[in-house]
Amino acid sequence: MTQPLLEVEDLHVEFRTRDGVAKVLNGVSYHVSAGETLAVLGESGSGKSVTAQTIMGILDMPPAFITKGSIKFRGEDLLTKSADERREVRGEGIAMIFQDALSALNPVFTVGFQIEEQLRVRRGMSKADARKRAVELLDQVKIPNAKGRVSDYPHQFSGGMRQRAMIAMSLALDPELLIADEPTTALDVTVQAQIMDLLAEIQKERDMGMILITHDLGVVADVADRISVMYAGRIVEHADVYELFRAPGHPYTESLLESLPRLDLKGQELKTIKGLPPSLTNIPPGCPFNPRCPRAFDRCVTEVPAVHNLGMGRTSRCHIAEEVVARG
Amino acid sequence: MGRYVLRRLLQLIPVFLGTTFLIYALVWAIPQDPFSGKCGQRPCDPSYVAEMSQKLNLNDPLLIQYFKYLGNLLTGDFGTTFNGVSVGEQISTSWPITFKLGIIAVIIEAVIGIIAGVLTGLRKQGFLDNLVLVSTLFLISLPVFVTGFVLRLYLGPQGFDIMDTSVSTDPSIGELILPGFVLGSLSMAYVARLTRTSIVENRRADFVRTAIAKGQPQTRVVGIHLLRNSLIPVITFLGTDLGSLMGGAIVTEGVFNINGIGGLIFRGIQEKEGVLVTGIVTLLVLVYLLASLLVDLLYAVLDPRIRYE
Repeated sequence: MTQPLLEVEDLHVEFRTRDGVAKVLNGVSYHVSAGETLAVLGESGSGKSVTAQTIMGILDMPPAFITKGSIKFRGEDLLTKSADERREVRGEGIAMIFQDALSALNPVFTVGFQIEEQLRVRRGMSKADARKRAVELLDQVKIPNAKGRVSDYPHQFSGGMRQRAMIAMSLALDPELLIADEPTTALDVTVQAQIMDLLAEIQKERDMGMILITHDLGVVADVADRISVMYAGRIVEHADVYELFRAPGHPYTESLLESLPRLDLKGQELKTIKGLPPSLTNIPPGCPFNPRCPRAFDRCVTEVPAVHNLGMGRTSRCHIAEEVVARG
Repeated sequence: MGRYVLRRLLQLIPVFLGTTFLIYALVWAIPQDPFSGKCGQRPCDPSYVAEMSQKLNLNDPLLIQYFKYLGNLLTGDFGTTFNGVSVGEQISTSWPITFKLGIIAVIIEAVIGIIAGVLTGLRKQGFLDNLVLVSTLFLISLPVFVTGFVLRLYLGPQGFDIMDTSVSTDPSIGELILPGFVLGSLSMAYVARLTRTSIVENRRADFVRTAIAKGQPQTRVVGIHLLRNSLIPVITFLGTDLGSLMGGAIVTEGVFNINGIGGLIFRGIQEKEGVLVTGIVTLLVLVYLLASLLVDLLYAVLDPRIRYE
């Protein structure tokens, strides 16, 4: 395999607030290659969005501090670059779309203006060319009557259309990597599927790398190639999507899969993961999942599990990873 | 939009009629002889009283009086004072001065207020932020006549002699800058604080984050995306303030001896010149109404979510 497009290595981020230091990322590592979709899965507060924002360089610093790690994009460490160099990468190298497109788009500018702005400011295009290109982009994301809608304001679009416009905007500079931070969470189910299909299609067409951040296992199964499962600021499991669904390698993933509603278990009570994710200002010693883990034993409380290599690029941070996989 | 403008213009008519009637009634329906003290120590000559009463329609019922006054007003006739001076002429010489003063005040408060607000909003809790917060609090707590007298005294020839603080009868723009600053100082403090709050609120907004994530230069993120949204409440305030400044000019014009509307209305009230007072206040009402119409229209331009249908 050639060099990955993006390589995140041992990333540590903490938020220093008045109430103490929250260790939000505690050694996150993942990588994405061109043409590949990596899904980052985890509960709210597991650090998946913070990782994405750190990659983009849009984290509010302070209160956030990057204490350790590297983010290599095309082999160059972004964290050692100057602010201006990093800005150049945004939009052009790595683009990002957000959860709530209504608040993520500027309410006082037309959708067209917000797309054209990228082309005009970053590419020096003329007003007319930028407008033409904006219509093309809106067309590509399947907005009907793109020519007529380009001068509409975000509030005149429906939820799904807004997210499409957001995607069009992110594609304006032909990025090599697209980070989609819960792109469908604010949408209803039918629209969710359309947006996911669109993302998958565009990703394939352009041979882009994509990081799909989500807490929805159903979304992941369809479009992702590989999955990284995050818990308390760590990647607890990393696997090929098929492998992960066949046999989860970490008790947390296992519990997540068990909490999916299934047709064949109709009428039975849905399984949930008991307890709450740990407070990041006070992460329990040992494995952070141990208070909620059905398989926890004494070693889990005292010792942080190392990364277990399960073969075929599969890893798991569990003392008994091999045993967990085998049972699946 | 066109229909909205038309509707708003039509709405101005009843508001204009209502306010001017109230003013007219307040001035002319007071239970006092309008001629008391008008002819020195002696009571006025009955023929003079009869002539003026005829001229001012004082023998008609109040409502008829008002409409007759209004009719004259619409033909551009503001009437005359008790000693026969044309009110229209007095207004037309003093009006441009006050208008200039008001515009200067608005410009000063907008420019300084917005710049101070943006700088402090972007850098909360720094030295500049504290400086602006304290100095605006200081300005807000000082009455305008104090600010006016202090600045006039200390900047003028009797003080540090930094500038000539006197204002001539037909003042130039330069002469009006200090009075304009004084007139706008209070609102300037409010504009600074309003802008600051607005910037602080919007700074963490999602669309600002998007602009940063797009890789837009910092100047555009702040100057286009952040500012455009943050200035909506500020512009609204500035627009309505233009109307209030015209009224607020009374004190400032008094302090700086400016022959504007403020001085005129002050004299009108003191000398119980009803025609003069109603004329000027009617004009102020008009300015105020037009300013608020302008604000409403600007609001629709600035915030597309509030396009009127």
